[in-house]
Amino acid sequence: MIARPKTIVVGGGLAGLMAVIKIAEAGVPCQVFSFVPVKRSHSVCAQGGINASVDTKGEGDSPQIHFYETVKGGDFLANQPLAKGMCETAPGIVYLLDRMGVPFNRTPEGLLDFRGFGGTLYSRTAFAGATTGQQLLYALDEQVRRYEAEGLVEKFEYWEFLSAVKDGEGVCRGIVAQDLRTMEIRVFPADAVCIATGGPGVIFGKSTNSMVCTGSAASAVYQQGAIYANGEFIQVHPTAIPGEDKHRLMSESARAEGGRMWVPRDGKPWYFLEEKYPKYKNLVPRDIATREIYYVCRVLKLGVDGQDVVYLDLSHIPAETLDRKLGGILEIYEKFAGDDPRKIPMRVFPSVHYSMGGLWIDYEADGSGNIAGGSPRNHQTNIPGLFAAGEVDYEYHGANRLGANSLLSCFYAGMLAGPAMVSYAKGLEKSCEAVEASVFEAERKRQEETFARICALQGSENPFVLHKELGEVMTDNVTVVRYNDKLQAADNALLAFMDRWKRIDINDAAKWANQAVSFTRQLWNMLELARVITLGALRRDESRGSHYKPDFPDRNDAQWLKTTLATWTPSGPELRYAPVDISLLKPEARKY
Amino acid sequence: MATNTIEMKIKRQDGPNAPSRWEEFSLPYKPKMNVISVLMEIQRHPYTKQGVKTTSPVWDCNCLEEVCGACSMIINGRVRQACSALIDPLHQPIVLEPMTKFPLVRDLVVDRRRMFEALKRVHAWIPIDGTYNLGPGPRVDPTVQGDAYSLARCMTCGCCLEVCPQVTPTSKFIGAAAIAQVRLFNMHPTGKMHARERLEALMDEGGLVDCGNAQNCVHACPKEIPLTESIAAMGRQTTVHVLKRLFGG
Repeated sequence: MIARPKTIVVGGGLAGLMAVIKIAEAGVPCQVFSFVPVKRSHSVCAQGGINASVDTKGEGDSPQIHFYETVKGGDFLANQPLAKGMCETAPGIVYLLDRMGVPFNRTPEGLLDFRGFGGTLYSRTAFAGATTGQQLLYALDEQVRRYEAEGLVEKFEYWEFLSAVKDGEGVCRGIVAQDLRTMEIRVFPADAVCIATGGPGVIFGKSTNSMVCTGSAASAVYQQGAIYANGEFIQVHPTAIPGEDKHRLMSESARAEGGRMWVPRDGKPWYFLEEKYPKYKNLVPRDIATREIYYVCRVLKLGVDGQDVVYLDLSHIPAETLDRKLGGILEIYEKFAGDDPRKIPMRVFPSVHYSMGGLWIDYEADGSGNIAGGSPRNHQTNIPGLFAAGEVDYEYHGANRLGANSLLSCFYAGMLAGPAMVSYAKGLEKSCEAVEASVFEAERKRQEETFARICALQGSENPFVLHKELGEVMTDNVTVVRYNDKLQAADNALLAFMDRWKRIDINDAAKWANQAVSFTRQLWNMLELARVITLGALRRDESRGSHYKPDFPDRNDAQWLKTTLATWTPSGPELRYAPVDISLLKPEARKY
Repeated sequence: MATNTIEMKIKRQDGPNAPSRWEEFSLPYKPKMNVISVLMEIQRHPYTKQGVKTTSPVWDCNCLEEVCGACSMIINGRVRQACSALIDPLHQPIVLEPMTKFPLVRDLVVDRRRMFEALKRVHAWIPIDGTYNLGPGPRVDPTVQGDAYSLARCMTCGCCLEVCPQVTPTSKFIGAAAIAQVRLFNMHPTGKMHARERLEALMDEGGLVDCGNAQNCVHACPKEIPLTESIAAMGRQTTVHVLKRLFGG
């Protein structure tokens, strides 16, 4: 038993900070590592809101319906107990955030306001304008700052996670990280470590993700033996503004507030989603809306001006309503596209947005599917002592995530992971401080050597050009419509990139604030993870949620109602398949 | 402006104690570019206008949607976010410099830790009892929510400090951003209960009295946060607080 264990959380977005708060609340010290100041984490980009079935509008909504729609939205690939726990906890989570001071939009009576969202017919989404993620992250950032002022939390910002430290028994005993200013590589012992580093969108070059979302930390521990699950399930969001540097999200809340999608056909607007889905209209789940847009643009060739563009139209809604409920995203469109969406339809196209897959994690539930809160198994990876929470874990969303469920899952994941880390660490017989120094020194040395090797790269390839090419290969072949021959070609291209990586010209020998070396190291990790995504997609011969193969157009539960488990080997990912926990809801046809 | 190239001049500095230098770049024009995408192009082709190979410039950025606050820099003499700085309306050569009120790290990267320290100093948080299920929060008037939201969008980007004559690399002034956050938390039904400690912090060294009323902050804020109005409001709150402290009440 360890009375006062040491904990580390890597990543300061919503899931990471919530884990930190739970740990600190238990009186246990916590060190937080983040590539950027935590207040600048990618969670700020979430726009539309957070789901919770509070039913303030008398529609008869309930957590049970939320649970059902989440599982159905994910095409029955989610392990059901965790999804159930998340939906049942959701109202309490939104109340907690409200108590923390999140400026949620209000009804005239001063209560929380809720709006509709994709994949549901209920008003279930609490929101703060259209910058909900930013407001939620700030609330947690403030609570963590309070613990920081009390001395319980210590932040390491502008530090990059390099690897976990594993002892002779394969137990995680801390991390190795690098100061991105001084470039110092240091070991930090800990009894429990949580990876909360978000998704891998940057593997696809341009996506809606922030620049830090490379998946590098997840890939690093995958290469150390952590299982990566369901990697092939990548959500492509239907509506983003294409850009030179990134694709900027246009929140689903635009459609929730009445936005309509159309393209011109025979000189008239054709509302293609409303025509095909009379019940859900523009609010079908994202994978479905995205495929329809692809069909309209690529097969019917009806994109606006013959391009990969469709209209997202808000111009029929009063400007005052738009400003109050969608202000933040209208501002983004005005600033980056230069037009006023209150007056002219927005020009949008789908973009890579979210990874349903991620590090494999465990959980403990009773016979009725209730999660055992505080169990050390919750959110623990297959490496003892190493946990994962947030977009970086593979749970909750199955094969497709519903809008406004990501903020919720981050929050819930942190609420489970923090206490799990504390009870795991307290139950250890040997603390990290009793682990031989040679264990830490060996891992530090390994990272020093990698760093030195990258600093010495003097070939002819430019890492940023290589990354751009990687993004193009992945976006063209491993997103919305997948064919086996193209997936195989993509994997061959990835192998060629790995070869070219070794011939990079690092071109920056500075031992101070060297971004080129850090990026090049992450690029290798991106390539390793890209193979997991690509080969997982190649192998899965069915269509489910975001994974769509025209040659295998149907869901095949008999063969593929299974979680993909990827384990790293020197010659590439080894794929195995495990059953999904469907003990609470029976799979059925997914119709909208 | 119809040109075939984008001309850019970047102030480079290898570290806090290294000398600075200017480097010029010339890139093929593409429509709808922003400063970040030009910097990304330079990364892919790190040659100056004169054809000399150089290291790629180092800068801070993350979300590229103007919500994270990372990419503040001085662009053509004006501090702003590089992501929302579209190329087309900018006069060329486009001149990039790091902010001057914060310690320089490298090239366009500066260290804004003082801003986060200021938030700690003024207790910019709601002191909740715990993260347990304690039921719904207080009811809030929709207009108060609207006011709070406009303050809560502060992304600690540093533009307001950069333009403030009272902020220097050595001065202790906490700046407009932190003062506006005090107003935000003192407005909240729960935060109000602890308004006193935040006001005390504002009355400390480097607090409200250091504001010189130049009013540059409110014009520089990319999120149009009512900064001067907030400074005035906090002036009133601290005055009332002092009177209460003197005469009881």
